[in-house]
Amino acid sequence: MKKYLLPSLKITLVFLVICSLLYPLLIAGIGHFTPGGGRGETIVVNGKVVGYANIGQKFDQDKYFWPRPSAVAFNAAGSGGSNKGPANQDYLKDVQAHIDSFLIHNPTVKKENIPSELVTYSGSGLDPDISPQAAYIQVDRIAKVRNLPTDKINSLIAGHTEKPFLALFGPEKINVLRLNVALDELH
Amino acid sequence: MSTEWMGIIASFLITIIIAYPLGRYIAKVFAGEKTILDFLSPLENRILRFCGIDYKKGMNWKEFLKAMLTVNLVWFVYAFFVLLGQGHLPLNPDKNPGMSPDLSFNTAISFMVNCNLQDYSGETGATYLSQLFVFTFLQFLSAATGIACLVALFNGLKEKTTNNLGNFWAILTKTVTRILLPLCIVIAVLLAFNGTPTSFDGKDTITTLQGDTVQVSRGPAAGMIAIKHLGTNGGGWFGANSAHPFENPNYFTNMLEIIVQVLIPVAMIFALGFYIKRRKLSWMIFAIMTLGLFCLLVPTLVTEVYGNPLITKMGIAQPTGAMEGKEVRFGPAASAYWSIVTTIISTGSVNSMHDSFMPVSGLMQMLGMLVNAFYGGCGVGLLNYYIYIIITVFIAGLMVGRTPEFLGHKVEAREVKIAALVTLLSAFIIKGGTALAAYYFVYHNNIDWAVKPSAWLNNPGYHGFSEMFYQYISSNANNGSGYAGLTANNPFWNITTGFAMILGRFLPIIGPVAIAGLLANKKYIPESAGTLQVDSMTFEVTTFAVIVIITALSYFPPLVLGPIAEYFSMH
Repeated sequence: MKKYLLPSLKITLVFLVICSLLYPLLIAGIGHFTPGGGRGETIVVNGKVVGYANIGQKFDQDKYFWPRPSAVAFNAAGSGGSNKGPANQDYLKDVQAHIDSFLIHNPTVKKENIPSELVTYSGSGLDPDISPQAAYIQVDRIAKVRNLPTDKINSLIAGHTEKPFLALFGPEKINVLRLNVALDELH
Repeated sequence: MSTEWMGIIASFLITIIIAYPLGRYIAKVFAGEKTILDFLSPLENRILRFCGIDYKKGMNWKEFLKAMLTVNLVWFVYAFFVLLGQGHLPLNPDKNPGMSPDLSFNTAISFMVNCNLQDYSGETGATYLSQLFVFTFLQFLSAATGIACLVALFNGLKEKTTNNLGNFWAILTKTVTRILLPLCIVIAVLLAFNGTPTSFDGKDTITTLQGDTVQVSRGPAAGMIAIKHLGTNGGGWFGANSAHPFENPNYFTNMLEIIVQVLIPVAMIFALGFYIKRRKLSWMIFAIMTLGLFCLLVPTLVTEVYGNPLITKMGIAQPTGAMEGKEVRFGPAASAYWSIVTTIISTGSVNSMHDSFMPVSGLMQMLGMLVNAFYGGCGVGLLNYYIYIIITVFIAGLMVGRTPEFLGHKVEAREVKIAALVTLLSAFIIKGGTALAAYYFVYHNNIDWAVKPSAWLNNPGYHGFSEMFYQYISSNANNGSGYAGLTANNPFWNITTGFAMILGRFLPIIGPVAIAGLLANKKYIPESAGTLQVDSMTFEVTTFAVIVIITALSYFPPLVLGPIAEYFSMH
């Protein structure tokens, strides 16, 4: 054992320098040239940062598109899901409560058209996206509150729908924050 | 929906396309043949000389294991004290506190053994110093340790008779400089350009569009996320791991992370064939492991895309599938694929919350970790598979009534005893741990501990049992994923899973390396008509059957109490 102790200590030191010091510094250096400069890409409205492009945020006012429920209340000082099992009765009541509240705020929507993502918690609690379907079923509510024609909002959604990666891989999605920023600019 | 299927098919195919040449490259690196990174030789030699290592001197299996265990002990002591004192050390912009002794114990072991079970949350429980100088460091070196031990096995298989399994230090160093570091730089840069933070800035405070004030955790995460996957470690920078939009910003990064985590495990299978010049054996092993992957993957995909039947009953639509605990940008198909890949190899990173998967999927995830050899972790996956091979050789030998041999060496009582011990040990750790936890939960649930057993679980009934069972499976398999609803940061869980991880790591490494050393030392028996053909389909199918039988016999009862009972309660 003793024979191996000194080499162990020295090799630990060497790789601390390589893997924990030089490597992160190199990546941080390259990170300066990325969008957002390695600090996370932000969205700015009227010169004011209103959020990070990738981090979802809470919208519960009727005039905005709503994101998915969050188990961490969209405070990105932490992250995580509900971790509820699929057959947990308390959890199912929770889902039912989300459905009821959605129907109260969106009286024109039929229950069978609510996509499940709008009433279930995301994995990170910070999911920035919803599917196009989840956006379209909120149009009537927003049109009424904002006094806007529905087709104007529909075309806004169409314009903000992000195609699958390379148009081939993965689901379509819409970034809720970007959509709401654009919605505020509609007149 | 079809683009979601395309995404996972492409991810799988790209993995194989890259892994094959990578395997050839890895074989060349360790055989000392010419490769494009040979300009690093002077640097590597200087490192080894600085450490006082005669890198040309080979080691027998005992020396090899002694060196490996000594350096791991050093890493454990170092990691434990840094984590304990992180609150008073630099690189702590968010003013996070030091870890408690039991949490430091658990976390130091967890990263040293390539498990990366995390009883803390990155945003609030670790400083940037710990993330880089403990976690990232150990993610590199634990992966390199696993690979080095597998290369020792390669060396034992390569020569007819030898007691030289290679120089541990030299293999360890080359693994980092020639394989892990260059690939990690590429991966980290790709992540950075897709939105993963790299700077050392602390938490930001912002006012949202709607007017709420929230904080956003950040940090130099891209480098760690690269090695977390390439090294099959799995420990994330943020609490939500790769479900977090910074840690896995879009579908491209999701494909990248899912591909690179399985890259080295698959490449090592091909490297075996190139290294010992038995490519057919490699393809056979690859075929059986891939069969194992599909057996677990298909039920999971079908279940998750179908959705939660109890939510369907409420009368709402599940056009994309079960969405609880999943992210819209990945969707259920890619989440299901990830959850199986991450459990068969020992990564344990997640892009969706396993606790919220359907019972059938949970069962498949558990089986993936219980077998722990369908591709398996960096290096250790093939070592685990080697144990199954030895047992199969033994059983096949009994069936045909000949002394069992493997690649020209007689497999005798001593080797079979070691293999059997390694196999039975897992069942003991997992079921023993779960039984102990369940006992306290049922009979002493109000005991005066930091967290009372009655408050451990996030879900009642069968699923609650699964939360405890999963934690020990994951610890023993050095996987590190979890049913995160379990309140694991308290002395009971930190200490018991700490021991489960350490036993689950070193015995399955010591066992196969010892067997390799013992076999390589024996007289070589040339092939004859009566030799058991280990690269034949018959032998490989027998190995698969042995894996299925061992796993079923060992774990059927607890699987019935957990996911299987939950399934029947829902249908």
